[in-house]
Amino acid sequence: MYKIVIPGDFVSDDAKRAGEGTYVEEGKVYATTYGVVDDKGEIRVVAFNGKYLPVRGDVVIGKIIEISFPYWIVDIASPYEARIHMSEISTRGGKRIEFGDMNAILDLDDLVAVKVLNVDALMRIDLGLKEDLHIGRGNGRLIEVPPTKVPRIIGRKGSMIRMLKDKCNCFIFVAKNGRIWIKGKTKDIKLASEVILMITKEAHTSGLTDRVAELLDSVKTER
Amino acid sequence: MKKEGEIEFIKDGKRVDGRSFDELRNIKIDVGVLKRADGSCYFELGNNKVLAAVYGPREMHPRHAQDAKMAVVKFRYNMAPFSVDDRKRPGPDRRSVEISKVSREALDPVILREYYPKAAIEVYVEILQSDAGTRTAGINAASVALADAGVPMRDLVSSVAVGKVGGEVVLDLNAVEDNYGEADMPIAMIARRNTITALQMDGNLTKDEFEKGLKLAMKACQQIYELQRTALIGRYDKDESANFKDRST
Repeated sequence: MYKIVIPGDFVSDDAKRAGEGTYVEEGKVYATTYGVVDDKGEIRVVAFNGKYLPVRGDVVIGKIIEISFPYWIVDIASPYEARIHMSEISTRGGKRIEFGDMNAILDLDDLVAVKVLNVDALMRIDLGLKEDLHIGRGNGRLIEVPPTKVPRIIGRKGSMIRMLKDKCNCFIFVAKNGRIWIKGKTKDIKLASEVILMITKEAHTSGLTDRVAELLDSVKTER
Repeated sequence: MKKEGEIEFIKDGKRVDGRSFDELRNIKIDVGVLKRADGSCYFELGNNKVLAAVYGPREMHPRHAQDAKMAVVKFRYNMAPFSVDDRKRPGPDRRSVEISKVSREALDPVILREYYPKAAIEVYVEILQSDAGTRTAGINAASVALADAGVPMRDLVSSVAVGKVGGEVVLDLNAVEDNYGEADMPIAMIARRNTITALQMDGNLTKDEFEKGLKLAMKACQQIYELQRTALIGRYDKDESANFKDRST
């Protein structure tokens, strides 16, 4: 059974286990966000909604919003803008990039899969490119969900996402910032995004993997 | 202003609209009514109809107003031109600028601003229909909308007005009582801790009346808090998809 809490709700007496989404006052743990309590291990409140805060090592999907030599400025669905330094590309055995040529490699509105290299106290975010730099090519669709729902879409040890990929016949890439890239046939993409929508809506309920499996099987037999 | 005695405020222990001294008007709360806002809330307090939308945390503009240590809260209280009997001239005026500032400061103590340095949390409160006590309705709505947006907070803020009409201290004034009464005192507080985050007073109260009013307000804030809480908890039993954004490429 899940328990929904709102900011200020008492969660636990065990201040030592207080984790994300909580604060401690006079030895008691209270919720800071509106969400569901998870007390396996650390006591956390998994928020229903919220913005992505970049953490070093995360893989995220970004969109180029500005080119300002020698950086590409990237929107990563967070309150803060991030940047990719030109050297991220030229060090990859490439040729020298001239001042005006940056948009030939990554242009405005291009989607990139990037890794967060560093976040400093002033929230300057440096990104590094993954091998397959463009992801927004070909028949695909980008959807955005609250980043707190990402673990649920992936499932325990990737069980949920593996099932989705198999049954929808799609390539699905789930990034830590809540952006999901789905590639495949139009019909399959539609199904996959509908199922992901259902997962985000019911993320706080139990037995979700089974229900998703059922839904996917029923769609299969209809076809 | 009408002369005293022209309106009979209290009749057989009841007020002009039939309420008792310590009775709130009807409250209705809907959470997540706006699809494109990060968090939203529609709030009704009697004939007051208020819509609150929260955006962010997101990038702060103008840049020079950023705070390197914590997020900046922006609050805009705005009355629709059709919200009052005589058309209100649209746009900010002296009164709405003051209310925006006061409301922002009422919510500031609960928002954990240091979680989002340099960012802005924007709260927009639109008064669709007004019947005295819109600032308290606005604060209640904004508090729920902030929670809905997933903004980290220490607690919720609840707000209500007390006042003095016909020589009696009463709760939650309506338009007639507010306009022709003797005093009006809006209060915002963290209901569970009885911590006051905002208090204004228009008119005069004696010390005893003030304390009596404060007690009424504290009790009423508890009631409002429970309604805010029920609205938030009840939301996830409903089928809804406001959090989902779809962008085809």
